[in-house]
Amino acid sequence: MFDVHEMEVNFGPQHPSTHGVLRVLLKIDGERIIDAKPIIGYLHRGTEKLFEHMAYPQCIPHTDRMDYVASATNNLGFVETVEKLMGISKSIPRRAQLMRVMLSELQRISSHLLWLATHAIDIGAMTPFFYTFREREQILDLFEEYCGARLTLNCMRIGGMPDDLPHGWLDDLEEFCGKFDAAIDEYESLLTTNRIWKRRTVGIGVLSPEEAIEWGITGPPLRGSGVEWDLRRAQPYECYPDLEFDVPTGINGDTYDRYLVRMVEMRQSNRILKQCIPLVKQTPAGDIKAKISKVIRPPEGEVYHSIESPKGEIGYYIVSDGKTQNAYRCHVRPPSFVNLQALPAMAKGHLVSDLVALIGTIDIVLGEVDR
Amino acid sequence: MSELTPPGSPPPATTPPAAPAAPAAPPARSVDELKRDPLVAAAVSRIDDAILGAKELVGEITLFIDRDRIVEVCRAFKDDGFVYLVDLAGVDYSKYPGHTGLRFSVAYTLYSFQKNARVRLRVWTDENGPVPSVTPVWKTANWHERETFDMLGITFSGHPNLERILMWEGFNGYPLRKDFPIRGIDTGARIYPEVFPEGGGPKPGSTGKPAADVNLYKGEWKRYGTWPAAQIGGGAKPAAPKPAPKPVAAATGAVAAPATVAPAPEAGAAPQADDDEEVN
Repeated sequence: MFDVHEMEVNFGPQHPSTHGVLRVLLKIDGERIIDAKPIIGYLHRGTEKLFEHMAYPQCIPHTDRMDYVASATNNLGFVETVEKLMGISKSIPRRAQLMRVMLSELQRISSHLLWLATHAIDIGAMTPFFYTFREREQILDLFEEYCGARLTLNCMRIGGMPDDLPHGWLDDLEEFCGKFDAAIDEYESLLTTNRIWKRRTVGIGVLSPEEAIEWGITGPPLRGSGVEWDLRRAQPYECYPDLEFDVPTGINGDTYDRYLVRMVEMRQSNRILKQCIPLVKQTPAGDIKAKISKVIRPPEGEVYHSIESPKGEIGYYIVSDGKTQNAYRCHVRPPSFVNLQALPAMAKGHLVSDLVALIGTIDIVLGEVDR
Repeated sequence: MSELTPPGSPPPATTPPAAPAAPAAPPARSVDELKRDPLVAAAVSRIDDAILGAKELVGEITLFIDRDRIVEVCRAFKDDGFVYLVDLAGVDYSKYPGHTGLRFSVAYTLYSFQKNARVRLRVWTDENGPVPSVTPVWKTANWHERETFDMLGITFSGHPNLERILMWEGFNGYPLRKDFPIRGIDTGARIYPEVFPEGGGPKPGSTGKPAADVNLYKGEWKRYGTWPAAQIGGGAKPAAPKPAPKPVAAATGAVAAPATVAPAPEAGAAPQADDDEEVN
């Protein structure tokens, strides 16, 4: 009997284009998706439980492991939350703030480059991978020069930064910034007007602004839907108020617009980096730590603080009992987890091959989804 | 530790001194003052009686809400512009110093784009009392509530699909509860306490029972393909005396077999009808 049209298929958890261990239970009719159900948890490591059992500074390396392609912003979100709870946000030295901003923006570029490479390769464009990884490698070298690690940076501390910038680091950064705009032009020449690329992305996974907010979507997917909202602009932290940058937004809210938004974001990050370099040179070398007590024991209370990570709003909700050196509870609001939830709504009616484009365009990292 | 105050140097000379611990905030506002704060006043005026308390820390307003009216309160806030549910987090207060009262708290963080500000709503609950689900108000609450249920065992009434999300189905325990050990639990022992001794964990052949009895899945175990799966693992095991299969207490539905439990030999011995798929 061949009259059965609907079929249930597992997409993942071992599938190269799910970017990790995402499993999507698909109900399909031919190649058209009727329903999709993301099943997650394959990478759950109990990070929030671990946070409760170690001192605040010890948590920072664990934040690296959530969004492991954007660890600097994870660090930044955590240390800022603790600083907010301790009431020392205002006393971070300017040099440390600029270093944080520089590392975050480099991280944003590197995360977007990885996204672009994998997103394009999922859709079938092999070439951008080689170009983006060329620049990403240089960013990872800069990270390595600063803190010794390339991916899990552990590069921020509560109250400041662990080390001053190494000699010549700013020159290397300047060299990178000078070349990077041309590199983005190169990526765009491969994709932006590419007919196949547009056929695969235009009109795929349209999210209206209202729907995006309803689903709690943040980051480039929200801006791709036309909502001009960026935490760096809406609730500025560190020294972002002093820096000039634009918040790009899309019009149609489809995969192509989200692609364009991220491309512009990389240019804006580069713009921020270029502004930071002379500002850092004005600050006294070595002034990278606020004067805080040796033992970090925030007062009793609860606090939520979030920053703009490459994926969206990464927030930390910390409950402190004021008596111990570790958080009573530390909940993470991961952008990937929340953004992924909209996948079924975006995928309905599209083809299975479009699901690959949609997973790419949400830009999930399963380490952060599952924590 | 060179990053800290160098001995002997007067602290307030170079950088503005950090206020140690207590942020230099104005004296705490009372509950009524907080309710009249322009941020929340419009929403609060509609559901004033559902607000049990309020507090403020580092500029964040927290309102304590009557648990049974949380949906109504959330709607009032959403109508007032708090259209974005940022976060929903459960906390187990059972080991909190000096805490008395209900065990769990659920914190809803809302954000208003017009006001560019967040507000936090909190409800108290315990293991028994379900919190009304706010999924009708925000779609994004779905996974947040599932995660809170999964991690803490807080139930949400009216949720369309309240099942585990990060842990696997059939996991017995709530990892973020304070009485859950940090080293984890022996899941085999906890899921099948009468089958696996404490600390033992599932091992092939350690049960002395056929796999079909060990597993919560009581349906028929289909064999796919021609691979002699029954020959692997449990094949050479001498048949142990079979105790009567006991019904497992915490059966929550169809649960996959622990990976190491091999199908018992007798299950594979009888050739099954190949009913996996209909041929023509």
